[in-house]
Amino acid sequence: MEFKYELENGCLTIRVPKELDHHCATQLRAEADLLIDSYRVNKLVFDFAGTEFMDSSGIGVVIGRCRNMNYSGGKVVAENMNERIRKIFVVSGLHKLVQMKEGEKKEV
Amino acid sequence: MEAVNMERRNEMKLEFEALSVNEGFARVAVAAFCAQMNPTLDELEDIKTAVSEAVTNAIIHGYEEKEGTVVMQCCLSGSTVHITVKDSGKGIADIERAKEPFFTTRPELERSGMGFSFMEAFMDEVEVRSKVGEGTVIKMKKNLVRES
Repeated sequence: MEFKYELENGCLTIRVPKELDHHCATQLRAEADLLIDSYRVNKLVFDFAGTEFMDSSGIGVVIGRCRNMNYSGGKVVAENMNERIRKIFVVSGLHKLVQMKEGEKKEV
Repeated sequence: MEAVNMERRNEMKLEFEALSVNEGFARVAVAAFCAQMNPTLDELEDIKTAVSEAVTNAIIHGYEEKEGTVVMQCCLSGSTVHITVKDSGKGIADIERAKEPFFTTRPELERSGMGFSFMEAFMDEVEVRSKVGEGTVIKMKKNLVRES
């Protein structure tokens, strides 16, 4: 699988895949950590615009990155989540750890 | 006139290898099967999430990401969905502990420890039976809200 990342001025944006489960969690985690370590990332953005499914494995990925970013004093933001992903964040309590925002709505 | 039992019943069974790529397959297969009950989108997503948790548990913990077979059954009866996920893996030593939020036996994999919490949050009933060395059976039930 190929995931998309964007790096700009110390801000790493992860375009979260359509389905974030255990199957893709391992690769996403490894790639994100490599980029965070290599490029002195101080802000991490999870962009859920293209995400339709996420389970507790996805929660593990986000919590783990929050922990790593906290060590280095960085910030973690989640944006463009649909209703379902919001629900998953709230049920798991992740909304207390991560700043959730709408982001810029793309014009269709 | 003779009373007619209007309660629909339908059942399916799937067997697949304990590979992470099958997590997506399992939840989509169950969702497709449940579609005939006309569930709401939210109910369908709840079921998919719970199935994903149960199947992931079987693969990661039951079989410890080694070879094995996961058996999944889904039964539709009236307005209730019954799902069973079974593995013949290592089993759970302490079920109560396993159900605690944030508890995980595999922190090295960065597990959130929320698998059972999610199953319980999204389904109406969750029952776990397990025997060390023999495997684990998870039975889940969800009552769908019917429009009258």
